[in-house]
Amino acid sequence: MRHLLSAADLDKDQAIRLLDLAEDMSDVNDREIKKLPTLRGKTVVNLFFEDSTRTRISFELAAKRLSADVINFAAKGSSISKGESLKDTAQTLEAMGADAIVLRHSSSGSAHRLAHTDWVGSAIVNAGDGSHEHPTQALLDAMTIRQGSSDNARGKDLSGIKVLIVGDLSHSRVARSNLILLTTLGAEVHVCGPATLAPASLVPAGQVHFLLDEAIKSVNPDVVMMLRVQQERMSASYFPTEREYARIWGLNKSRLALLGEHTQILHPGPMNRGLEIDAASADSKNSMVLNQVRNGVAVRMAVLFTLLSGEVN
Amino acid sequence: MPGNYILSTATTMSGDVLDVIIEGGKVVAGASKGVQHEEIDCTGLVVLPGFVDLHTHLREPGFEQSETVASGSRSAAAGGYTAIHAMANTFPVADTAGVVEQVARLGVDAGLVFVQPIGAVTVGLRGEQLAELGAMAQSKARVRIFSDDGNCVHDPALMRRALEYVKAFGGVVAQHAQEPRLTVNAQMNEGPLATKLGLGGWPAVAEEAIIARDLMLTELTGSRLHVCHVSTAGSVELIRQAKTRGINVTAEVTPHHLLMTEELAAGYDPLYKVNPPLRTSTDVQALRKGLIDGTIDVIATDHAPHPKESKDTDWTSAAFGMVGLETAYSVAQHVLIDSGESNFERLGEVMSSNASRISGLDHQGRYLAPDVPANLTLVDTKKSWTPEPQTQSMSENNPYSGTAMRGRVRHTIYNGEFSYRDYSIMKKAGD
Repeated sequence: MRHLLSAADLDKDQAIRLLDLAEDMSDVNDREIKKLPTLRGKTVVNLFFEDSTRTRISFELAAKRLSADVINFAAKGSSISKGESLKDTAQTLEAMGADAIVLRHSSSGSAHRLAHTDWVGSAIVNAGDGSHEHPTQALLDAMTIRQGSSDNARGKDLSGIKVLIVGDLSHSRVARSNLILLTTLGAEVHVCGPATLAPASLVPAGQVHFLLDEAIKSVNPDVVMMLRVQQERMSASYFPTEREYARIWGLNKSRLALLGEHTQILHPGPMNRGLEIDAASADSKNSMVLNQVRNGVAVRMAVLFTLLSGEVN
Repeated sequence: MPGNYILSTATTMSGDVLDVIIEGGKVVAGASKGVQHEEIDCTGLVVLPGFVDLHTHLREPGFEQSETVASGSRSAAAGGYTAIHAMANTFPVADTAGVVEQVARLGVDAGLVFVQPIGAVTVGLRGEQLAELGAMAQSKARVRIFSDDGNCVHDPALMRRALEYVKAFGGVVAQHAQEPRLTVNAQMNEGPLATKLGLGGWPAVAEEAIIARDLMLTELTGSRLHVCHVSTAGSVELIRQAKTRGINVTAEVTPHHLLMTEELAAGYDPLYKVNPPLRTSTDVQALRKGLIDGTIDVIATDHAPHPKESKDTDWTSAAFGMVGLETAYSVAQHVLIDSGESNFERLGEVMSSNASRISGLDHQGRYLAPDVPANLTLVDTKKSWTPEPQTQSMSENNPYSGTAMRGRVRHTIYNGEFSYRDYSIMKKAGD
């Protein structure tokens, strides 16, 4: 594996190995000295054309725990926000000695483009490209689901697990990467959202649902993943009001009661409390949100280690 | 002095083999005594009416880093064209008599192909107020085709007025059919692939809704409509029905929409980013069928040069468009001749005579006619070749580069003189 651009880059064995490696990395995070010397002398650049403090910090911490040097380059707001291209910025950073570029960009396919042109030779990690993919998010979600489903997670896949992803599927890179990776790992993935935001082609027939109550009843999911609602979708008439969205697609106390005792609730964050998820659900014992954050660092350590340590995956 | 030539043993569109004799720039029935002719062996070459492109972006004035009238003329001559129509989306926009006359004059100066300017329908292509269509029609540039190409004349009242207004000049409105509200942030054909790639979809209905509306407005006004770059199966069907009803509509299809499909977007290479977008194989089949059965009248290139930096970027930031003048014939041969589905008479119609009729160019699209200077293209149907990225065009956004093609233009004769001869450009026709 030279790059991580899409969840589709991973077959089942590779995905399981990465998750197992992430479990090892997670153990490092529980030590008193949370650091490995593995990537000493390597340079990781976080190249963020979009604001995302959480993802950036997670990658930064992952690289630092592996002893890599880290540069954060926030393209937005700097002199290059307009004018200088992705190509020029990436080449500039590589000329300074970057070994890996962690790219967040608003344009779908930008990580793919960076990896498949002759612009740079660095390893590329897709940290979210437009509405396309966010593969490390899917890995951390898979790690969380696997931990919650089994006492000894190592070596296991997700077969038999039913996942319901709820919200704006059309524009969600989190949803796309999860659909691919969770399916690769053997899970049965259903989606639910307003028909304006739930394209039928994303999942096999019968796995798209338009109403959350009916979806919960018919799927009886082991995992419910709530996607963040973007304000601009409402102004573009994908749904009429926040109130109506929360009423039909929001996870709340009464829907929480419909879920199984051990059903995991995931959310990629940051949460719009009161919109797609209410406080009772977000703070319930079923909520895995903080596990996701913790696993995010471990998964990103595993990815950077795999891409930069020179070991064949 | 126009030359005297014998194009010996050329093959005509109907398959006859004969000597085409040109004297004083015109085709004559027999060689005159006492006239010295240069004989060019045309054995195995098919002689066609010089091609006429209804849709060329020459970028001058304003965007001379992409193309100029001179470089676009060279590209046209190499593609077998003897007339091209320069789209109005220059800077300044070709929305006044002054600009269209400037473009026409630049064409005469280049001297390789007849450059017929297209005038903008609305001031600045903004879709708010009619441009001075009458002034452009009555200018030295003699504009008959009006288009806001790049933008759709989306206001139905304005479109109705434009259709009514051009009747006075024998004009036609060439519509870029794209409902803007249905194509906000559109990046590629809407469908499962766009969903997978996370790129904004450009739905077929955004084209078809405008075409349906415009056909009704054309019927209402008794005017004439030309539909630019038809790209969907539904559009072909709408136009087919309208023609059956007697509505005065013509339509064009681009070479790339006859050949390529949306799958080419999967690698996020903006070389394949074009507007309207590449569609599905169902659409390609419907477009080919429409071209063959007469629903679609013309192959028009929508030759759209862009500088390297406009394509050497991520997909969303990249410009829409691809060049196509030099490869259009090869695509036409592939679709009409090599497929076994049609013939050279039809190829001559869709590459030449229909376009000249739509634009009212009486000196173009005439096949071996004795009364006008000869405009002819000779093609080698068996020539296999692989286009390079770099062509006569100044821009390299050439999606055909590296693709093996069959059939190539060998000579182009413009106004009785060679503009392109043995795969080489003349400095000017006759030089």
